[in-house]
Amino acid sequence: MAPRSLFEKVWDDHVVVPESADNPAVFYIDLHLTHEVTSPEAFTVLRSRGLKVRRPDLTLATLDHSTPTVPVRTLKDLDLVSEPAAAAQIKVMIDNCREFGVKLYGFDAVERGIVHVIGPELGITQPGKTIVCGDSHTSTHGAFGALGFGIGTTEVGHVLATQCLLQRKPKTLAINCEGALPAGVTAKDIILAIIGKIGVGGGTGHVIEYRGSAIRALSMEERMTICNMSIEAGARAGMVAPDDTTFEYLAGRPLAPQGAAFDAAVARWRRLPSDPGARFDREVDIDVSALTPMVTFGTNPGMVVPIGQPVPADGDVSFRKALAYMGVEAGKPMLGREVNVVFVGSCTNSRLSDLRAAASVLKGHKVAAGVRMLVVPGSEQVKRAAEAEGLHQVFQAAGAEWREAGCSMCLGMNGDVTGAGQLCVSTSNRNFEGRQGIGARTVLASPLTAAASAIAGRIADPRQYLAA
Amino acid sequence: MEKVTVITSRTVVINQADVDTDQIVPARFLTTTTRVGLGKALFADWRYDKTGAPRPDFVLNTPAAAGCQVLVAGNNFGCGSSREHAPWALLDYGIRAVISTGIADIFRGNSLKNGLVPVIVDAATHAWLIANPGAEVTVDVEQRHVKLPDGRTVEFPIDGFARYCLLNGVDQLGFLLNQSDAITRFEQGRAWQP
Repeated sequence: MAPRSLFEKVWDDHVVVPESADNPAVFYIDLHLTHEVTSPEAFTVLRSRGLKVRRPDLTLATLDHSTPTVPVRTLKDLDLVSEPAAAAQIKVMIDNCREFGVKLYGFDAVERGIVHVIGPELGITQPGKTIVCGDSHTSTHGAFGALGFGIGTTEVGHVLATQCLLQRKPKTLAINCEGALPAGVTAKDIILAIIGKIGVGGGTGHVIEYRGSAIRALSMEERMTICNMSIEAGARAGMVAPDDTTFEYLAGRPLAPQGAAFDAAVARWRRLPSDPGARFDREVDIDVSALTPMVTFGTNPGMVVPIGQPVPADGDVSFRKALAYMGVEAGKPMLGREVNVVFVGSCTNSRLSDLRAAASVLKGHKVAAGVRMLVVPGSEQVKRAAEAEGLHQVFQAAGAEWREAGCSMCLGMNGDVTGAGQLCVSTSNRNFEGRQGIGARTVLASPLTAAASAIAGRIADPRQYLAA
Repeated sequence: MEKVTVITSRTVVINQADVDTDQIVPARFLTTTTRVGLGKALFADWRYDKTGAPRPDFVLNTPAAAGCQVLVAGNNFGCGSSREHAPWALLDYGIRAVISTGIADIFRGNSLKNGLVPVIVDAATHAWLIANPGAEVTVDVEQRHVKLPDGRTVEFPIDGFARYCLLNGVDQLGFLLNQSDAITRFEQGRAWQP
């Protein structure tokens, strides 16, 4: 057999009916994650056609997108703190899961959290699986050598009813990352630099495999940050070959295989990495040793610069509109710009290591006067682990708000928003116009840069705080 | 899904690249549990000011845009979130085809499943369409081409299966349900179980 890439091995292993000139492949899904925002209409379709969920055992639901991040333990609490439409949507999710027999991690569950945080955390995200969710950041799960990608609500219905999707095989893009990452430069900076290099449409039609010594050296949480933002380069999926780092992360997690079954799984997972000589449709090389902290300056994640560098000039109409929206001038750096809000959270950067990174900078400092800082753990488990080591006290002592798990200000669906014209340094994934609130200006950055900026009240280089 | 064969309409032009699905439907409208009525949320932050009044300078609020069923937009249209609310909103508003030099993967797939036709054209044709808003064009799914006002036709790529589904109003869920036996065989014959 010809050498195959990681993606091709996972693809081949899930083809129920091969694709032809006339028809796409019937493609099997091993894990379907659902949440309250993109599933209601899919359940409605099942109900109207008298269909059941084919594999409730391969389906998991959580509440994350439209959930408030103030404490909610009961549905009565929800009505008190939530916007009515958001509360109604959450109740529809609870009812749908009960009616169709889908396991839901609701407000009473210690497992609840952002869908892309809890899958890995529970150990149900595993190498070689196909994982989908009605959410574009499902690419996150690729960090384990799974094929994870976002789908629309119609496809959510397809998977609920048949556990399959109709798919054309995408192309492959290898991104080779070599070199040692300098101090103060993080996985977030690597992926922002990659998107800046290939563009927000650069990965369209492709599945990315992140490769090279710099990727091997990353922890699982760092790999998740990188795979998470594959969609911001237009690629539906991004993958990293599973290795000992992956297996060590999964060992002992509640929904991972246990004992002899785990050993058997590891033996199977070790066959997944791309074969020597595997061909990719495209390849891109990145030297991470040359990177600095990155910040976005415009209204998509490809509009990004090294933190000290001036914002570039471009006569393009879309480019000029973005700069006008951000109130940014070409030729001047983002460094030093006044900050109103700092958000640490989202499926990109809300895991324990992200919170530790932000706390390491913040410890012994205060959030600058006039700056609101919101720290939102990715899951209840992350929240508990952070509290067990006192991170919440570091944030609270500095003057930041410590919240309940959820998507929160990444997309501003239930109360957590940045005001019009305000600038938010955010560890999330999208700096689109209005993403964090009507008229809000988002600057994407790492947790280190976000924390440094909170202290300074201005966009700040975290390396000055690390050196001190 | 209703059959889609030929769409003839004047164009409305949004000359901007990388229009993301947060612009097409801002997230605060996603608390709905139904696809009905999302047309009013389409491009909400570009269409309305703080008070909810239409912004006269936004193209969809101009008299010339009334009744247009074909949207011409910049490269990489529909990037970002997987929200199917984006094609739902476009269709509910009355847009039936989107023409660009590039359309994001998830949005393209969602569009095809709802009868919104994604049309990719070459840069020169695109530049002409951008420069000539209101041009009457015909998007012909059967012939796989766009017909321009001068009678010239420009082919566009469309997957054969997607085209078949559009032309015949085929529901892909029905197609998948018919594969039930093959799916069961696959599940039973796997080397490992998820």
